[in-house]
Amino acid sequence: MLSLIGHFFAQTAPDEFLDGLSAIGAGIGYGAAAIGPGIGIGIVVGNAITAMARQPESAGMVRTTMFLGIAFTEALALIGFVVFILIKFA
Amino acid sequence: MTPVLGALHFPPIEELVEWPGIFLKDTPFEVNKVVLLMWAGAIIVFGLFWAAGRAASSGNLVPTGIQTVVEGGIDFVRNDIILQTMGPAGLPWTPFLVTIFFYVFITNIFEVIPFVQFPVNARMALPLFMSLLVWVIFNYMGVKAQGFGGYFKSMLLPPGVPKALLPLVALIEFISTIFVRPFSMAVRLFANMLAGHLLLVTFAVLSAALFTKSALAVILPLPFAMLILLTGFEILVAILQAFIFTILTAVYIGGAMHPEH
Repeated sequence: MLSLIGHFFAQTAPDEFLDGLSAIGAGIGYGAAAIGPGIGIGIVVGNAITAMARQPESAGMVRTTMFLGIAFTEALALIGFVVFILIKFA
Repeated sequence: MTPVLGALHFPPIEELVEWPGIFLKDTPFEVNKVVLLMWAGAIIVFGLFWAAGRAASSGNLVPTGIQTVVEGGIDFVRNDIILQTMGPAGLPWTPFLVTIFFYVFITNIFEVIPFVQFPVNARMALPLFMSLLVWVIFNYMGVKAQGFGGYFKSMLLPPGVPKALLPLVALIEFISTIFVRPFSMAVRLFANMLAGHLLLVTFAVLSAALFTKSALAVILPLPFAMLILLTGFEILVAILQAFIFTILTAVYIGGAMHPEH
């Protein structure tokens, strides 16, 4: 279905139109890719703060684990950013 | 209105991250600004540790100057990274992890050094090489510590998984350990630094475009203040990414050596 539409546009539309479509796609793609990691990082940090407030003596370990969790969660958003760069500029 | 907006020309990305060659042009060994910065990072890290080591070996027990920085860094890597993730068994890895931490940090912090202002890790080459190095090391350590079969058994078959799900879990674990780990590690560092660089460039271009005699110059302080704030934020990101790269290295090596943790 999508390829049919793309085929149709490729035959009828000028190049600027396709550039505009790819820019819209890049913008929406990155925005969508940022939703999940945003929620995920919020959950990770929020729970880490709860844990640190309950048990301040284990704050060091919680903080290390929190950064690990953030790093894993954030990877998806960053892959979305790279895809954005690829669509927009490559 | 028109001259200001006309002057707002955002450079294409090729102009921002691709540098002309300086030596050995048009060969596979072309040297440009990024390669020079990469070498400079290695020399700076070596120089820091050499100076601190000389100060320490001359009987200077109370650290001053560079020695404070280096000993603080070693202390940080040992207490906040190795002991938290690998335990005391990971202490022999301190030199390797300290090197990784300082090298990633120095190559990142070039982003905000005036007149340099390009993080080496905003190009894919160095993050990819370092993550492949880590990949080789943690796989080698896993095979060495548990044997070939034992390493893959502990990697693919986590305990407590229902029998029916085992093939699926094994496939997912294999892909995530062998392919996704080095890729995500490299992309995380690369994309963070590239995004930071683009962010700084955006606000710098905006400030420069508003630096005119027209009435629009009254909003110049806004992007300029943003530029200064973001510079501080990028210093934080440079430290944080060095920390995360090092801690992931420690976790991967520690996990390959002691799967039960």
